[in-house]
Amino acid sequence: MAVTEQQQQAFIGKHLAEAQVAVELQDEDMVLNIGPQHPATHGTLRVVVKLDGERVVAADPVIGYMHRGYEKLTEYRSYPQVTTLINRIDWLSSFANEVPFIHAGEQIMGIEAPPRAVYIRTVLTELSRIATFLLFLGEMGAQVGAITPVFYGFRDREYVLNLIEAATGGRFHPNFNRIGGLKDDVPAGWIAETRRMMDKVFESCDTFENLLEGNEIFLARTKGIGIIPGDVGKGYGVSGSNLRASGVDWDLRRDAPYLAYPEVDFKVWTHPGGDSWSRYWVRLQETREAARIVVDLLDRLPSGPVMAKVPRIIKVPPGESWVRVENPLGEMGYYVVSKGATGPFRVKIRSASFSNVSILPWLLKGVYVPDLITILASLYFILGDIDR
Amino acid sequence: MPDDDLTDAEEPAAAEEPAAADEPAAEEPAILPEHVGMLAKLQADLGDALVEAVSNHGDLVVRVRNDAWHAAALAARSRLDCEYLSFISGIDWTSRPDPPNWDPDAPSSPVQPKEVTYGAAGSDGRFQVFAVVESTDDKIQVILKTDVDEADPHVASWTDVYPGADWHERECWEMFGVRFDGHPSLRHIYLPGEFEGHPLRKDFPLLSREVKPWPGLVDVEAMPGGAGEEAGDETAEAVAEGGE
Repeated sequence: MAVTEQQQQAFIGKHLAEAQVAVELQDEDMVLNIGPQHPATHGTLRVVVKLDGERVVAADPVIGYMHRGYEKLTEYRSYPQVTTLINRIDWLSSFANEVPFIHAGEQIMGIEAPPRAVYIRTVLTELSRIATFLLFLGEMGAQVGAITPVFYGFRDREYVLNLIEAATGGRFHPNFNRIGGLKDDVPAGWIAETRRMMDKVFESCDTFENLLEGNEIFLARTKGIGIIPGDVGKGYGVSGSNLRASGVDWDLRRDAPYLAYPEVDFKVWTHPGGDSWSRYWVRLQETREAARIVVDLLDRLPSGPVMAKVPRIIKVPPGESWVRVENPLGEMGYYVVSKGATGPFRVKIRSASFSNVSILPWLLKGVYVPDLITILASLYFILGDIDR
Repeated sequence: MPDDDLTDAEEPAAAEEPAAADEPAAEEPAILPEHVGMLAKLQADLGDALVEAVSNHGDLVVRVRNDAWHAAALAARSRLDCEYLSFISGIDWTSRPDPPNWDPDAPSSPVQPKEVTYGAAGSDGRFQVFAVVESTDDKIQVILKTDVDEADPHVASWTDVYPGADWHERECWEMFGVRFDGHPSLRHIYLPGEFEGHPLRKDFPLLSREVKPWPGLVDVEAMPGGAGEEAGDETAEAVAEGGE
């Protein structure tokens, strides 16, 4: 059957009209700018998201608002001065930050800290972990709309910060590590006080469990949201509790032993879920585990000096060393290159949050805007740790 | 009492120093037994593109040819099961030029030696890119290094092997000016878009230090009462010693 010209044009015209309707109905993608100043981002993280309705089509985190150029600054400072800087990378667990850098220096110099110093370092690292995670447990509730936990979080963290302050003199920036040991021994009565506080930490973990795990809203907002498969997480360099919550059984405290961890028997908690809930759950268990480690170490604290014999002027011989440890936020490492001067030649700072956040463009694709906030909260990053 | 301690501490350390400097030099060519197998697997894939390998403080450091950088990532990922990317970064091995108003005797800032030396596994020139990959199952890690041409610094991108390489390469490009061929969008990550220069290159001046020398211990005012004055002098001397 022959098709007349008229029929042909009618056919084309109809399709054109339909196409026109489809174009009119199609939403334009909206670009939403979250941050840099936003309560959900713990600082100055900006996320530019492209939305189709309530759904995120593409996300681009913009970082660098807090870039302080620490890698450059370390090249102009001596080793003891560098610890002051690296205290401010992850400011919630500053003590844990110092340890790998000091280790790198000690490794190149061939110095070992005395056993008591090693044990106290381990205790203080675990206390930093508890302080960081208690705040997380509070924040996590706050981000899904539960206001109560955040007050408990801040209150209970203060118990631990008081201990850190009593031992080091600084709540947030202890600057307590020296190449070869510690600045001071712990004060009298500190050990008994720490034991007492660890009981409170166990109690507050139970409180958070009761407050959050029975809360239907909390479950609905976190279960099955923001799933990171283990393989994807590894490719992006996601580490620490975030990776363990994706079922990857990997903890540097056990797998690359440092400090006094080989002498402690502790459990590495994992969860196969990979969602926001698993990240919360793993951190809750790790808070308890950290408190157990502290109590265990305090029972066996060796006596003796806290400082090895080191030259008054720290000069690190030429060499390079890569030291990475399990910080509260994940794998933190320093690649220290020395050319024999009083200061490092180059320090590469591998911070956990940088890699943890780099997965966001992948992770946020397809999530709803309100979930975006809980995902950010559950990844738990510190801006200083991203921007350095 | 504190004085005694200090002098005690200094003597043995001074005696040890040359020994400590000799040791790594003697150990360096040795590959630790646990690294032999790993190295053999990499060698099988990379062949003569693997330039040098050493064990450095318990880590395997492998230097590959620039054109084999991508193959090295694939080899580490498939042969050694290193699925976890720790970081990618760069280093500039040249020494820092002195700022214009620099007084070499002033103890204001740690002085780096002027001669250019290279670290573990050596280097051909000024720039190097290095990365750490780890296997979370086998609990091993490899440090990979490659030399980068000074006039035209570029190397293959790892973004198709490790998605996390994206941000690390952007940072390395920004800080050292090393181009990563095949990277989807090499743009600034930390610094504003209009920023010029590559801050972590050694010839990029730290402006605050150009304007004012490092206000270190020498600026500390003496404590009233004499005792502090003494301590102040001591520290100033100590810093001067260290600065030599």
